[in-house]
Amino acid sequence: MAIFLNKDSKVIVQGMTGATGMKHTKLMLADGTNIVGGVNPRKAGTSVDVDGTEIPVFGTVAEAIEKTGANVSVLFVPPAFSKAAVVEAIDAEIPLAVVITEGIAVHDSAAFWAYAKSKGNKTRIIGPNCPGLITPGQSNAGIIPGDITKPGRIGLVSKSGTLTYQMMYELRDIGFSSAVGIGGDPVIGTTHIDALAAFEADPDTDLIVMIGEIGGDAEERAADFIKENVTKPVVGYVAGFTAPEGKTMGHAGAIVSGSSGTAAAKKEALEAAGVKVGKTPTETAKLARAILAG
Amino acid sequence: MDLFEYQARDLFAKHGVPVLAGEVIDTPEGARAATERLGGKSVVKAQVKVGGRGKAGGVKLAGTPDEAVARATDILGMDIKGHTVHKVMIAETAPEILEEYYVSYLLDRTNRTFLAMASVQGGMDIEEVAEKTPEALAKVPVDAVEGVSIEKAREIVALAKFPEEVAEKVAEVLVTLWDTFVAEDALLVEVNPLAKVASGDVLALDGKVSLDENAEFRQADHAALEDKAAANPLEAAAKEKNLNYVKLDGEVGIIGNGAGLVMSTLDVVAYAGENHGGVKPANFLDIGGGASAAVMANGLEIILGDPDVRSVFVNVFGGITACDEVANGIVQALQLLADKGEEVSKPLVVRLDGNNAELGRKILSDANHPLVQRVDTMDGAADKAAELAAAK
Repeated sequence: MAIFLNKDSKVIVQGMTGATGMKHTKLMLADGTNIVGGVNPRKAGTSVDVDGTEIPVFGTVAEAIEKTGANVSVLFVPPAFSKAAVVEAIDAEIPLAVVITEGIAVHDSAAFWAYAKSKGNKTRIIGPNCPGLITPGQSNAGIIPGDITKPGRIGLVSKSGTLTYQMMYELRDIGFSSAVGIGGDPVIGTTHIDALAAFEADPDTDLIVMIGEIGGDAEERAADFIKENVTKPVVGYVAGFTAPEGKTMGHAGAIVSGSSGTAAAKKEALEAAGVKVGKTPTETAKLARAILAG
Repeated sequence: MDLFEYQARDLFAKHGVPVLAGEVIDTPEGARAATERLGGKSVVKAQVKVGGRGKAGGVKLAGTPDEAVARATDILGMDIKGHTVHKVMIAETAPEILEEYYVSYLLDRTNRTFLAMASVQGGMDIEEVAEKTPEALAKVPVDAVEGVSIEKAREIVALAKFPEEVAEKVAEVLVTLWDTFVAEDALLVEVNPLAKVASGDVLALDGKVSLDENAEFRQADHAALEDKAAANPLEAAAKEKNLNYVKLDGEVGIIGNGAGLVMSTLDVVAYAGENHGGVKPANFLDIGGGASAAVMANGLEIILGDPDVRSVFVNVFGGITACDEVANGIVQALQLLADKGEEVSKPLVVRLDGNNAELGRKILSDANHPLVQRVDTMDGAADKAAELAAAK
């Protein structure tokens, strides 16, 4: 089953013909992703040979959907053009838009989120500034390495890309149903709560690992959600205990402002909700292992 | 990026928010000409990015140009809550103030929208107002697409219960302040106080602006607003090399790939340090997914140039980038630094995991660099780096 993405997903890539888009289109194909097209208005009607697979390029997302039945778009569009590209995906009512791009201005992400809401949230947005999501053995929409781990019964949701990889690696022998990188920006389309709800409903997921980091209150709200709605075991990790106040730590959203957004508060909230929280990624993986071993 | 008051004032003026005249100077003598231009009287205001300037003696009236020079002499160089005053604003003296209000726009992360805040109790710390009299602070969500029209502004004014005689003027300020917020890609615009003066006008007498650094691609003039003098020299050097670096106060230099992994590395080193004399991470440095030899060399150069650093922990998880490339990057980086004649004398602990980890580890072992040690787990490597920092 998995969440948000499976073997039947038909994926298009907005910004496929750029260097980053092309590199990751190749990698996604190699992981078995069913990539049915790219979008670039200036190259509409052409096609691109990606390691022997001929991929058509369409002028618009709507055209790509009409011709291919695509239901997922992965965006590798530079920050200056990302808002227009996401709005186009929303207008075309694609069910899932995965925004990989880092460095999108928050007025743009707030605007496309507000726009998606005004259109009835027919498009689930993941990201921006995220590694995308993978359902091992089925499909890969983004930049998560496909060869870290195999299909299994752990669900993973994380604000951070490399911590996603680290955790998949730590638990590679057990495997994952899906791993979702939701992104480290202040405004993101899919939250921890959305992924937790989906994993709770997914019969192929037995345990959920949730990775958070400093900034905002998403982890605290996720803790409240877990208390009320999640029956599956959840193991947590929070990064940024040593981050100083008022400094952005790499991710635009990773900042402690005054006393809000601290790692300590997040850990405390998660623990109060019955989530076991590890001190290090390795310890977190051990906690997950212990629970699965019963 | 948080701005100084004078920079906020300039942006407000640019977008039509009513402000008083003012200019910034950095020498006492500059206060004279500036005060003369204002008609012989001025307010001398310390420019520091911290609240409570007035109470600390950083805001003074000057009745003559000579007096302005004297006040500027007092205030320049003053320490306000750990911030040294390098600049003062010479501002027009305000007409008689009758009332003080508060208005702001900010990003509401929780609700993924913008928020207008307004209160007739301005002039003091708004967090205090929010705590003591929350009913006096109106919080109104603003849709990022719809923005603030004059009708929306009137709604905010009504909810905050502004007196009728200023309602329309405050609404107009709210529209121009929204224009500032959007046009400048701000994360926060705040006017406190927004003063009602004897003439019946409302004026923004002090303000705060914080800008979104992700918007620099369309805000070419924002780079000039950065306070280069206040930046840590290592942070400034790192920024010039496009490195994502934050100086911290510990002894273990950190290089990693990916913001989350680097944050996690800092924490793991701090825990390990508890067993090694309390050593702590010296910095945050994310070299990103690519981790090429050139970027690795730039990163190492910054970290080895930090006199506080006693050992270095390179923590890389090979995702898309394979560990053999990263290992080659480290070896080449050390060679690059040696070729440049830089002395590399601090021990490096390297942990490589993930894609092609075995190959990468072999490259490091074969290179057999006297300062490089390989530890293959993150927790183990953090412990080793802390131990080396404590031993030095």
